[in-house]
Amino acid sequence: MAAETVTSKSMALAKAINESLRTALETDPKVLIMGEDVGKLGGVFRVTDGLQKDFGEERVIDTPLAESGIVGTAIGLALRGYRPVVEIQFDGFVFPAYDQIVTQLAKMHARSLGKVKLPVVIRIPYGGGIGAVEHHSESPEALFAHVAGLKVVSPSNSSDAYWMMQQAIQSDDPVIFFEPKRRYWDKGEVDTEAIPGQLHKARVVRPGSDLTLVAYGPMVKVCVEAAAAAEEEGKSLEVLDLRSMSPIDFDSVQTSVEKTGRLVVVHEAPVFLGTGAEIAARITERCFYHLEAPVLRVGGYHAPYPPARLEEEYLPGLDRVLDAVDRSLAY
Amino acid sequence: MTVESTAARKPRKRSTGARKASPKASPGARSEPELVQLLTPEGKRVPHAEYEEYVADITPEELRGLYRDMVLTRRFDAEATSLQRQGELGLWASLLGQEAAQIGSGRATRQDDYVFPTYREHGVAWCRGVDPTNLLGMFRGVNHGGWDPNRNNFHLYTIVIGSQTLHATGYAMGLAKDGADSAVIAYFGDGASSQGDVAESFTFSAVYNAPVVFFCQNNQWAISEPTEKQTRVPLYQRAQGYGFPGVRVDGNDVLACLAVTKWALDRARRGEGPTLVEAFTYRMGAHTTSDDPTRYRLDDERLAWEAKDPILRLRTYLEAEGHADEGFFAELEAESEALGRHVREKVRAMPDPDHFAIFENAYADGHALVDEERAQFAAYQASFADGEGA
Repeated sequence: MAAETVTSKSMALAKAINESLRTALETDPKVLIMGEDVGKLGGVFRVTDGLQKDFGEERVIDTPLAESGIVGTAIGLALRGYRPVVEIQFDGFVFPAYDQIVTQLAKMHARSLGKVKLPVVIRIPYGGGIGAVEHHSESPEALFAHVAGLKVVSPSNSSDAYWMMQQAIQSDDPVIFFEPKRRYWDKGEVDTEAIPGQLHKARVVRPGSDLTLVAYGPMVKVCVEAAAAAEEEGKSLEVLDLRSMSPIDFDSVQTSVEKTGRLVVVHEAPVFLGTGAEIAARITERCFYHLEAPVLRVGGYHAPYPPARLEEEYLPGLDRVLDAVDRSLAY
Repeated sequence: MTVESTAARKPRKRSTGARKASPKASPGARSEPELVQLLTPEGKRVPHAEYEEYVADITPEELRGLYRDMVLTRRFDAEATSLQRQGELGLWASLLGQEAAQIGSGRATRQDDYVFPTYREHGVAWCRGVDPTNLLGMFRGVNHGGWDPNRNNFHLYTIVIGSQTLHATGYAMGLAKDGADSAVIAYFGDGASSQGDVAESFTFSAVYNAPVVFFCQNNQWAISEPTEKQTRVPLYQRAQGYGFPGVRVDGNDVLACLAVTKWALDRARRGEGPTLVEAFTYRMGAHTTSDDPTRYRLDDERLAWEAKDPILRLRTYLEAEGHADEGFFAELEAESEALGRHVREKVRAMPDPDHFAIFENAYADGHALVDEERAQFAAYQASFADGEGA
């Protein structure tokens, strides 16, 4: 984002979300923050730090420890005209709320024939790489992207974190907002006066001509690093930040693949039936005659997320991305 | 009686006989609680120390109104069952036997209150002014709910049991934030009482002191499972553990349901928080038209409850008091038949939805994939010579 304007500031990704929530609370009295420990503590990652102090307990609500209850009551508040932004403390804790999200939140607009809108944002810190205990490192985005009625996004940097949160809150559809927790402390420029891109549009992070790398959330940084390493070997990789897993901006992926002829999709989530599988299928359909190699995927294995001492082996890193790049280029 | 008062004094009210009819007393419920009753199964009006005031000034006209509501609701329900048998509806969930619980509680609500029903609250829908034929769309398979919830403050039917109690609680939290003096009523059943969402709604509503009434129609059966498969204590007593009052009311007594619900809604309006009302009633029919209750319950039980019919007892009372004459009943009979005819005609004339309705409203702000698939579907449909699709 434009660093030269005076409105631009460097801030960590978590702080960018915090600023975005603050802006939303300031500008729309219907916006509420709900979740476990979001008040006094400011959330376990401090994403809501200081918000309850400034906006009060009526708007920044510490809830009982019951995820279904959090989402279910958020639906009720939305029915009353509020715009709740709900925090699920960790990825692995969302499942008690899965029924309310899938069965109620996602379907209400359709089943009411468009008469009821549920502008609820569900924030989920997700992904691994922080050495956490079980159920604190998962990437369940495909389980939500599969559900019609939900929109699913994930920022990879501070600027997107700020703006995508603004747009998610303004959306009249429910948005599952996956926050890459291991990037919470990464700093980046945020221009709060800029004109943001569209919420569901992918972005070329680094142009290239030999192969397209598609990633989102925590894996964008890994892919940019992989592209830099590949460049030293004379390979030109284009990195696309998908930003949205529902809807997916297939047009942008198609444009890139028509240019490069090769595609590797990278995510932390297990590859089986994941975002990469859908992209592979669609891009194969759309770009069949442009492809020089099958679409390859790099991601988690079909096994429960391992104990922290093994996560480096489980998570796709620079070398695994480059290995897939080599295999693609070898066709 | 309220939970709060049970420990403080000995039971002093009459036995109602409801216990005998209930299938096997729950082992945990050593002394089956009494229920609030204002009109006995024999049609005798009995005063009640705590709840009398809520119906003390009820007029003969209002009594006739309650009777009319119950009769028309039952007639509508019977018509829907017939329409299912005739193949006009795919399914119907009958409320037969639960008219008093629904009309009593439904008539206790104010226009600005908000109602969160299950899929069986046809009587409550009637009280809220929802066109009964609108309820049939989802059972015919032309939509998933055909009414605007905000028009009558009557939310869509919720099929996954118990989920709506959380929506009701959230809505009530919103009312409190807005400083409104409206209240919310959430309906659910004995089966749903086992759901975690119901437990969580009790927790949230208690913690935030939300203005919500939980109205549990204990109709004794969750499809084939009797209440003792759901609980070891009388359901209304669950409230105690959450810190708000619970009351058991004769669910076949429209006056008692009206009075207790008014009391509970008043509490909510005054900022005194949630209340659990357990309306002790009986599902006289099958769970739905797909169910066969002869596989799991005895007819004797149903016959015992027939003697406690909610409509019959009010008619006995109206006649005994001279509040309604033959003309009233004859007129109502005609109105009832006209309603049946109207419903029949409207359902038969209900058109199938447009094919493209599949894609409509999946999202409020649109979605690229839905647009793409709609276009593909349109192209496929157009590929047929007659343009009518497969």
